[in-house]
Amino acid sequence: MAAKSTLKNMAFCLTAVCLVCSAVVGVAYAVTADPIAEAARAKTTASIARVLPEFTAEPEQGSIELNGVNYQYYKVPGAGCAIISSTSGFGGVLSLMVGIAENGTIHNTTVLSHSETPGLGAKCTTDEHFISQFQGFDPAAKTLAVKKDGGDVDAITASTITSRAYTLAVSNAVAVFNKLNEGGLGNE
Amino acid sequence: MEYFLIIVSAIFVNNILLAQFLGICPFLGVSNKLSTATGMSGAVCFVITLATVVTYLLNRYLLVPFGLEFLQTIAFILVIAALVQMVEIVLKKISPSLYQALGIFLPLITTNCAVLGVAITVVSKEFAFGDGVPHMLNLGEAVVYALATSLGYGLAMCLFAGLREHLAGNDVPKAFKGLPIALITVGIMAMAFLGFSGIV
Amino acid sequence: MSSKLHFITDGFVKNNPTFVLVLGMCPTLATTTSAMNGLEMGLATMFVLILSNIVISLIAPMVPDKVRIPVYITVIATFVTVLQLLMQAFTPAVYETLGLFIPLIVVNCIVLGRAEGFANKHNVGESALDGLGVGLGFTASLTVIGIVREILGSGAVFGWKFISGDGILAFVMAPGAFLVLGFLMVLFNKYLAKK
Repeated sequence: MAAKSTLKNMAFCLTAVCLVCSAVVGVAYAVTADPIAEAARAKTTASIARVLPEFTAEPEQGSIELNGVNYQYYKVPGAGCAIISSTSGFGGVLSLMVGIAENGTIHNTTVLSHSETPGLGAKCTTDEHFISQFQGFDPAAKTLAVKKDGGDVDAITASTITSRAYTLAVSNAVAVFNKLNEGGLGNE
Repeated sequence: MEYFLIIVSAIFVNNILLAQFLGICPFLGVSNKLSTATGMSGAVCFVITLATVVTYLLNRYLLVPFGLEFLQTIAFILVIAALVQMVEIVLKKISPSLYQALGIFLPLITTNCAVLGVAITVVSKEFAFGDGVPHMLNLGEAVVYALATSLGYGLAMCLFAGLREHLAGNDVPKAFKGLPIALITVGIMAMAFLGFSGIV
Repeated sequence: MSSKLHFITDGFVKNNPTFVLVLGMCPTLATTTSAMNGLEMGLATMFVLILSNIVISLIAPMVPDKVRIPVYITVIATFVTVLQLLMQAFTPAVYETLGLFIPLIVVNCIVLGRAEGFANKHNVGESALDGLGVGLGFTASLTVIGIVREILGSGAVFGWKFISGDGILAFVMAPGAFLVLGFLMVLFNKYLAKK
């Protein structure tokens, strides 16, 4: 029983549908804008809390360029700096947040997103032994590279490429941290 | 070199059908015969590449400047639907022979999730190839990625159609006839393609 | 009441979207790495399916025949966008896991198929029930595939691990999706043949 198609009613119908749909989406956007921003903030804060010692101050967001790549970081006065660092893993992009305490040692690391192979490379999110190596790691005293490459990091069994990517991401973050501190306190 | 890595990665390592699961419905639907499979692959190739260019520009110069990224889904699907219609009309006018070959597949392509899937992936995901630094694709890379992805689609589709033509003549148990045995075959193909993972 | 009930039950067996109609294969294969993911994907699709069925059955008599597909797609895309926004706001973790396959509900053939094949010929109540039935059928299928893959692939059900160590990893990866779906379809065919 569909209505007859004439140019007039087709144009009218499409316009009406588009208007109504835009209104619906607009309202939904307005209603969800705050909760979405809130959820994103909660997620970032949770990640920062995981990689840095306890803090009370509000994290300060910033970004810095190093070797042509832009890094996002969150500076927490009194605790240290949480740096987001991504590298190319086995299955795609491996994105980490690396927390570095003010004395330059790594406090903790956490994976933000990855597409590594389940059961192999994906263990970088769960393998206690692998993750705990980075807790309290002092880049000044030890070398950030897997043992196969002459460093001090034990790779995950059968996942050298993922371990390498993870370690590289951490070492990039350390480089960013050093550059941030070189820049002195003038850096906002 | 970068382009080469994109091509290998999109065709073999992250094959759109066998690793990313996009565009499975038409894959199972028209892969009975090699000739229809090649026709469909050609049409998909054409539309994916064109749609990716258009949606990339739309996103970059209209949605992002106005802060309207949340309209991506609606905007992209409407653009793709309109584009497919337009391609159909233009093709009919200027190249009837090409229209004969691809025409019947075009209406099916609007709801092929491979097209929308690639368009969304290209503008929303960071890519990393080889030892390269993860980054968003620029227009050139996006085009190469879209083209290579659709070639991967064609490759998997034609290989599978070839297998399926042979399968048709075989005596398989009744409950396995048709799609089940086809799915199991794809599963084994996907296993073979897993061997490519990690090469770039 | 019982006469209406078949609109729901049809979606489970006779019109099962996964095993009989073989529609919406992409999310079926991609998101069923675990039972929970399958369940969540099914529910997300059901949300869009019910709402788009209701709206389309309401507006169908007024829509000129030639522009009905663009109109339906716009309606469906609107609900998908609303779903995306709601999920980002209230279940961000689920939204991240299902990723690309949430926006891709727009091109899920089940949704457009029910709009074109059912909702535009039936009244609002029946269309809503049909959306619910097919949505539940889809959710059930995805959950079952997810359960099987999770048991074989990681030795767990809904995250509850009953085998320590890894499972057969291939089942969590791409090939397992095709194999499990293929074999489940065989079982379903056997069951239908017996009936």
